[in-house]
Amino acid sequence: MTTIQSIADESEQHPDLALVARARGGDVSAYDALVRKYERQIFRIAQHITQNREDAEDVMQDSFLKAYEKLDQFQGNSKFYTWLVRISVNESLMRLRKRRTGKMVSIDEDLETEEGSVPRDLADWAPDPEQNYTQTELGEILEKTIKGLPPGFKVVFELRDVQGLSTEDTAEALGLSVPAVKSRLLRARLQLRERLSRYFHKKQGTSPMGHSLKGRAASEGK
Amino acid sequence: MTCKEFLAHLDDLIDGSISPEIRAELETHLHCCEHCEVVFNTTRKTIQVYRSNELYDLPENLRDRLHAAIMARCKKSS
Repeated sequence: MTTIQSIADESEQHPDLALVARARGGDVSAYDALVRKYERQIFRIAQHITQNREDAEDVMQDSFLKAYEKLDQFQGNSKFYTWLVRISVNESLMRLRKRRTGKMVSIDEDLETEEGSVPRDLADWAPDPEQNYTQTELGEILEKTIKGLPPGFKVVFELRDVQGLSTEDTAEALGLSVPAVKSRLLRARLQLRERLSRYFHKKQGTSPMGHSLKGRAASEGK
Repeated sequence: MTCKEFLAHLDDLIDGSISPEIRAELETHLHCCEHCEVVFNTTRKTIQVYRSNELYDLPENLRDRLHAAIMARCKKSS
């Protein structure tokens, strides 16, 4: 039964598994391809959790090295990327713990917060509100807005909504249950929405934060 | 349907993972509740804005440097 199942699975294998098999056999170029494929995503996850660029660089390197050294332990029944994410989340949390001088940090942190679980800001946004800001301003707003979320919310939002992983893969990568991922995702989305509302409200002239709407002025001036 | 019940299904509605019956109920609620309509549209927009403006991108030169460092460490350990 197991044999039939594994033969069936083999024919539908994720292309990463072939690279993993080659890397296990000593083909470093196969691992090189896996690193190139996922390094951006792993860097972003590390930066979301550590909130520090140097830490994110270190975490990214350490995660890929650890994954390489543990390739033999990788079970082919999960996706290579979800396994890699799990390693990098653990590395990121360890790094954060060091910075916070040993304070326990987990993706369950600050789960008790009720912020944003009930929408309070019910005013509508301007159409295409991001057009009111330059690319740099928008990047700063998005970063500032997501920065204050608990690590467990940020990483669920990043994996599900930005990187497009399924709920099941996100749960597996983070070692969480599916209902836990769903609960974090809803609260992350609502908290981000609430915070972005400050910048994206319908308004006349200037934004509530005193921005001069440079982006709009620049695009209209073209 | 109450606003609280609508909120409980918000993610499923956004992600499209919902039965046609519940979707119809939610859409009926949306037509008559301005607040839920705002929450639904702005939550969708929140996701879209983050998706199309990825944070923490790796500049090409830093990416190359980190990539080379990773591969050098892997080769050393093998």
